[in-house]
Amino acid sequence: MEQFLKDPSIYTLARGPLVWIAFLVFFVGIFYRIWEVVKLAKKERIIYPYLSLKYTLRSITHWLIPYASISMRRHPWFTIITFVFHICLIFTPIFLLAHIELWYESWKIRWWSLPQSIADVMTLTVILCAILLLIRRVIQPDVRFLSTKGDYFALIITVLPFITGFLAHYELLLDYKIMLLIHFISGEIMLILIPFTRLSHMFLFWLIRAHTGSEFGAVRRSRDY
Amino acid sequence: MFGKISFNRKQVTDIGIDKTLETISQEDIKKAIERVLKKEASARLKVFVETCMRCGMCTNSCHHYLGHEGDPTYAPAAKVKQTIWDILSKKGNVSKEDIKKYARIAFTECNLCRRCVQFCPFGIDIAYLISLVRRICCLIGVVPQYIYDQVLSHMQTTNMLWFRQDEWLDTIQWLEDELRTEIKNGKIPVGKKDAEVLYLAHGLEAKYMTGLLINMAKIMNVAKIDWTVPDTDGWDYTVKALYAQDLETIGKVIRTHYETALRLNVKRIVIGECGHAFRTAIYEGVRYLGWKEPPIPYIHGVQFFYELIRDGKIKIAKKIKEPVTIQDPCNIVRYRGMGKMLRYIVRELCENIVEMTPKDDHNYCCSAGGGMIDAGPPWKSARIEGGKVKAEQIRDTGAKIVIAPCHTCHKGIEDLNDYYKLGVHVKFLLDIIVEVMEIPEEMRA
Repeated sequence: MEQFLKDPSIYTLARGPLVWIAFLVFFVGIFYRIWEVVKLAKKERIIYPYLSLKYTLRSITHWLIPYASISMRRHPWFTIITFVFHICLIFTPIFLLAHIELWYESWKIRWWSLPQSIADVMTLTVILCAILLLIRRVIQPDVRFLSTKGDYFALIITVLPFITGFLAHYELLLDYKIMLLIHFISGEIMLILIPFTRLSHMFLFWLIRAHTGSEFGAVRRSRDY
Repeated sequence: MFGKISFNRKQVTDIGIDKTLETISQEDIKKAIERVLKKEASARLKVFVETCMRCGMCTNSCHHYLGHEGDPTYAPAAKVKQTIWDILSKKGNVSKEDIKKYARIAFTECNLCRRCVQFCPFGIDIAYLISLVRRICCLIGVVPQYIYDQVLSHMQTTNMLWFRQDEWLDTIQWLEDELRTEIKNGKIPVGKKDAEVLYLAHGLEAKYMTGLLINMAKIMNVAKIDWTVPDTDGWDYTVKALYAQDLETIGKVIRTHYETALRLNVKRIVIGECGHAFRTAIYEGVRYLGWKEPPIPYIHGVQFFYELIRDGKIKIAKKIKEPVTIQDPCNIVRYRGMGKMLRYIVRELCENIVEMTPKDDHNYCCSAGGGMIDAGPPWKSARIEGGKVKAEQIRDTGAKIVIAPCHTCHKGIEDLNDYYKLGVHVKFLLDIIVEVMEIPEEMRA
């Protein structure tokens, strides 16, 4: 933020104020969307009376452990790719030293960081998984039939910050500052879009599993996994 | 590999769909869509549509997809894409041709078995989305004629067959006479107050399949159950309105069942082996009427037989020796976890059980449920094609008898048996129990 005030440019804008705006939209957006769904669900009289914590947890556990559901056992490759993809996608940016440095710069807080070599592997893994998912989307007929422009867009938006971050770190392809600028902006776009696009499955996952898990476990006495 | 995938189907004529579409206006379509998607549906519709990541995990869970050699237009999510997503992307401005396609997908290519829900990483209730499409079609009046006729019958008579009240009483009388040729002083009490059990019958048990009602009466008499059947309309437990998603008629029928039970002051309602009726009576109907649970216990045939055998109220004289396999009806197993009880009963009745794979709550639908068999002859080939995987499952067991504790599964598998030449007999639990149970000498006529 201070850098931007001292030296206003697109670079400092994207490095400072836009980050805060992106985070603000991200968090406020998520809270707004959850609140909206929770309120709408009240209108559907049949959601809340049947919710059960036990079966919500049963459902979520079975879907967060690889191969704990019949569906995942039927799709072994897709399961491993998506699990690795999501784990690297979430943990790499949080525990990346370069990101933690930025938090330290603004708020004087820091936490454990990934060694650079592991962070690099994880970044490349995200990119590799995204490519595999993209190939699957294009060549598997049932998935291709379902896919729309938005699905390809979501995948690209998710992986772009990883590609640009990696290129910037090793000063490849473009000038360091320009690549970093693209990295900032793509990351900010991703954060802003999460609450309002299909990337919202990040938080809606828990809500749907609560409903379906309770419905299957407490009401229908069968398994949803 | 990259060819365009399109919706190709053989032409089928159904007057309930084709003729109705000639008489309705664009306005009717718009009104129905608005009512269902804007007023009746809310959180679930919104969240399910927005969350689906088009991952295709549900695809090979569906027997219709497996029965059509991997035609992607039969995949569960693809059916939602071609109906709900299509309506939403066109903002409700859909043509009559579109409605015809939606009706075909929703009524004849999905059994609402909910197996795909078990395969979705998010737990998106695809069957609910398809039932919304049926609801829209129903409000317009575009419903397969055979289903619609039964719904109209339910509206007026509360049974599925246009049976009049006096015909029901008359039927019970002659059935009692028949019963007495085998059971000394056998009784079918009608409208008895304060009984333990109110037995509701399947509509067909009063007309074409009276043997089932007599068999049930035998079990009731031998087990010395204090039971009765209704003396008024509301004796038929079926609710075909479920298939059309005619919620108002569902409400009317289910209310009549519970009111009859409360008027006769019975302890509980027992029904025979039927899937959709049980499901409607404890979920859809009850929820439509604004109750969380049924006001008095509503017991399915499988639960009832389980109790009778467990408590020794009926004794088994000899076990069946031929290899048998078990069909798990979606509406009582995936919807109510009766798989274990069902297996307990079958173990008591039969010596040689060969299970299907997958089984229990992961079992495939018989492809006749959810109204597909009720859609009648025009759509028979649709369910025969969709039932291919079920036929293979049965053939792989090598069983000679398939036990199907559901009217729909029973008839559906009989048709698969004929078409795929499986060489099996399809039986209700009721048939087998009566075959193997002990009838005390003093009770024999």
